[in-house]
Amino acid sequence: MIIDILLFGITKDIIGSERYALELEGDVTVARLKEALTSEFPQLIKLKSLLVAVNNEYGQPDTNISSTDEIALIPPVSGG
Amino acid sequence: MIKITDQILDRDQIIRSVEVNEAGGICSFIGTVRNQTANKNVLRLEFETYKEMALKELLKISNQINEKWSVLQIAIHHRTGVINIGEDAVVIAVSAPHRKEAFEACQYAIDTLKQTVPIWKKEIFEDGEEWVSAHP
Repeated sequence: MIIDILLFGITKDIIGSERYALELEGDVTVARLKEALTSEFPQLIKLKSLLVAVNNEYGQPDTNISSTDEIALIPPVSGG
Repeated sequence: MIKITDQILDRDQIIRSVEVNEAGGICSFIGTVRNQTANKNVLRLEFETYKEMALKELLKISNQINEKWSVLQIAIHHRTGVINIGEDAVVIAVSAPHRKEAFEACQYAIDTLKQTVPIWKKEIFEDGEEWVSAHP
């Protein structure tokens, strides 16, 4: 399936776009999605943290992802 | 009240918005843009947000405060976009019957906001720019 990923902050600069379409076969979890993205964009590994939001909530490594979910990469936040 | 806006924050209006007759005190925190970091001159900050999720996370903070402390009204307003030196990036105000709750809730709000709310700031220097806290 194709997963459309929203990008913010430094992840937008690293990947070079505001969104990224990732194609993955079979069951997809947050951990698998991160694995696929970090192998494609190794600079993501250097970040202090990298979380994945699934439908506006922080996902856990074993959270399942379907193609209709809204997915976003969340690099270290720095509001305030 | 929770708000994320690209407009200038009216700190007086935000603080007034938590006034109620039952309040014995109002505590506020105003986060402003500083002109230097680690001895480098900062020209301005640029904030961006994942707004839908950020609003949800701010609402969680507000709900958690209501569970933990006896407070009356909570206002958390965050600005996004380009913010210049000396301008307000965030204004938080909490009213409570007694000061202890107001102080603690206000500190909890800003500390938790900095950890959980998907808002990012980029420092713009004379010779470059950097996303804050991105790298260890």
